[in-house]
Amino acid sequence: MPLLEVENLHTYYGNIHALKGISLTVEKGEIVTLIGGNGAGKTTTLRTICGLLKPREGRVKLEGEDLTQYKAHDIVYKGIAMVPEGRGVFARLTVMENLEMGAFSLKSKDQVNKNIERIFGLFPRLKDRRSQVAGTLSGGEQQMLATGRALMANPSILLMDEPSMGLAPVLVEVIFDTIEQVNKEGVTILLVEQNALMALGVAHRGYVLQTGEIILSDSADKLQKNSTVQKAYLGME
Amino acid sequence: MQSQNTSLWKPAIQSGLIAGGVAVLLSLVGMVATFNQRFIISGVFSMGQVIFLAPMLLMSYFFLRKTMALSSQKIVLYGLLIGVMGGLVLVLLVLLGTNFNLQAMFINSSSKLYDILTFNQPLAPGLMILLALSAVMGVLASGSFLIPPRISAAVIQGITWVLLVGLLRDLIITVTSRWGPLAGPVKSLFAVSGLKPLGAIFLFALISGLYYWRNGKPVSPAQKPTQTKDRSLLFWAKWAGLIILLLLLPPILGIFFSDILDTVFMYILMGIGLNIVVGFAGLLDLGYVAFFAIGAYTMGVLTSPELNADPMTYWQALPFAMIACVVAGLILGLPVLKMRGDYLAIVTLGFGEIVRLLALSDWLRPWFGGSQGIQLIAQPVIGNMVLNTQQELYYLFLLGVGIVAFIAWRLRDSRMGRTWMAIREDEDVAIAMGINHVAYKLMAFATGALFSGIAGTIFAAKLQSVYPHSMNFLVSINVLCLIIIGGMGSIPGVFVGSLVLMGSPELLREFAEYRYLVYGALLVVMMLTRPEGLWPDARRKLELHEEELEAEAHVLAEAETSAMKSAK
Repeated sequence: MPLLEVENLHTYYGNIHALKGISLTVEKGEIVTLIGGNGAGKTTTLRTICGLLKPREGRVKLEGEDLTQYKAHDIVYKGIAMVPEGRGVFARLTVMENLEMGAFSLKSKDQVNKNIERIFGLFPRLKDRRSQVAGTLSGGEQQMLATGRALMANPSILLMDEPSMGLAPVLVEVIFDTIEQVNKEGVTILLVEQNALMALGVAHRGYVLQTGEIILSDSADKLQKNSTVQKAYLGME
Repeated sequence: MQSQNTSLWKPAIQSGLIAGGVAVLLSLVGMVATFNQRFIISGVFSMGQVIFLAPMLLMSYFFLRKTMALSSQKIVLYGLLIGVMGGLVLVLLVLLGTNFNLQAMFINSSSKLYDILTFNQPLAPGLMILLALSAVMGVLASGSFLIPPRISAAVIQGITWVLLVGLLRDLIITVTSRWGPLAGPVKSLFAVSGLKPLGAIFLFALISGLYYWRNGKPVSPAQKPTQTKDRSLLFWAKWAGLIILLLLLPPILGIFFSDILDTVFMYILMGIGLNIVVGFAGLLDLGYVAFFAIGAYTMGVLTSPELNADPMTYWQALPFAMIACVVAGLILGLPVLKMRGDYLAIVTLGFGEIVRLLALSDWLRPWFGGSQGIQLIAQPVIGNMVLNTQQELYYLFLLGVGIVAFIAWRLRDSRMGRTWMAIREDEDVAIAMGINHVAYKLMAFATGALFSGIAGTIFAAKLQSVYPHSMNFLVSINVLCLIIIGGMGSIPGVFVGSLVLMGSPELLREFAEYRYLVYGALLVVMMLTRPEGLWPDARRKLELHEEELEAEAHVLAEAETSAMKSAK
């Protein structure tokens, strides 16, 4: 059984049919990427999976359990955490407070402290800036914080929405290195990216999304060689 | 060099013209003539003269402050230019007003006004004096940049105090008359109107001397709290001092000021509550007066013998009023949870109006008294003492504010406070963290409603009556304004905001019909120059200076990138 299974998802914004029957699966331990242009429905897919949008049709299953029956704020308890688009750190809370908020779903204080240590191990920069207000961090640090905050909830799957957005190329590499590292520690990742080159570089498999539909799905290696993908998303002729 | 200097002439002339325009406006709305009777320094200069000369001084000061690093010669020249330009505009007004009848349009354009503007001299020499004095004002402002900062700061303090004390003569005499041995010496400083010239000189010397001395005092090593024990002792000593001062205020200040303080504290109570809703949780509530009304009316309905065969006492009715407010908070909260920002503001605005109209309606008259309101509301009794004067009720307000401020302060630093802030910062992300936004928003509404309701009950007890017309929209706006003035999300800010916003109109009562003009002008100036509020929350301050932050973040990002590159 796949860890995450999305079946025939239809999501609407008012009358606009944003997702037209998306189906995808993510196996345990994988990095799966969802690539596509602006308005393809990448973010909508992620927001539907974590319950912030309600699908009109279709199912989202985590380890076989249907998640669409739950409220958005209950879904993190099932093991899904999100790193939102544009990072979405709580700008006026400190780094520590942001991380503690990420562990909102955890009951045990010891577990929270243990996770904080783990995050600080992963991102030593955050440890140095622990009592700084998040809004004053640089873009790269905010991305680290958003990732760390999501990991605080001990998720079995991490949804990442455009982690490379607005970052300098060197920093994008750093972020993608940590994605691989987090994955090696056993966290499954569903990664949404416009930067298809980087995303396919770290992912095991990928889906290509266009105007609310999946037009291609294959292993990352094969997608990189696919002529459609090369033309449309990798900028090769 | 040359080009830079010439480019400043134009803005300087503009500033001078603006200053003159302001002075003309203040003259034509009648402030100059009205306040000419009020002397600041008896027989020397009046409030009216301050009003039409101050624009030149202030404009020159702010102009020069912006344009740093000029030669002293240039500073004087620019100051002079601004003063002269402003003076010329006033001269033009006098020439126009004395030769043509402007009264059809400007009712205050009277011969009296022009006498004041020409200092009761014949036209030609009068105009010369006016122009000269305006120029002096401009040059005076430049003078403050030429002398050492320590001296100029002391002089500015001294002048400000002389103006304030002269202006508030009546209030100061009333208050100090209660102070026994001090009353005589204080009174001897003042004339029938304003300060005596000698009194003004004494006050100026005293204040600026003190200020100069305090600024120059080197920080001795003994003053630095080296040990934490000392520091906490100092901390508690400060708090104890403040509490004792607060407890002693009513007998020191007398009835008039106690009444003002009651109003200030009532608004602090409401402000702390709304600060939780707007400042902490980010829910813009424009109908906040509704909860105040519900608190006051519940108290009225339960304790007035008019409506009740068996009326309760204040303390018996208080818990019911509190419960009613919490329930009302939940009732308002439920339908508006899905709304954000402006939409929420409009719905809450409607809620506030609905509550007022229900209280006013004939339909509910048997219960709420309609437009007649409710009278004979019970006043709180402690032991054998009925709290019924402004001074006694002050202590009830003080107690309420103390409890509520403590709760708010603890809430802010609690998990609940941080959760509210997370919802305020980004609701969707907060939900994705597992925060039940419905429950937390309702809690914010209910807490805010409770605090406002408590204020309402004391308000009802103070007046012994409630009327629908005291529950108008302006109350909500005032509370919101005082939070913004004080600093959104900041608890000490609520205190400062309420003191400035609710206290100053009372102190400015002498300005009669002009006080709201002054008050409005103050609000505009305040928001332009200090948008984060008078006592901002440290975090809020960061946010409002986003441009500087962004610049900083840019520098950080560059440093980051180069660090990465060099590490590779």
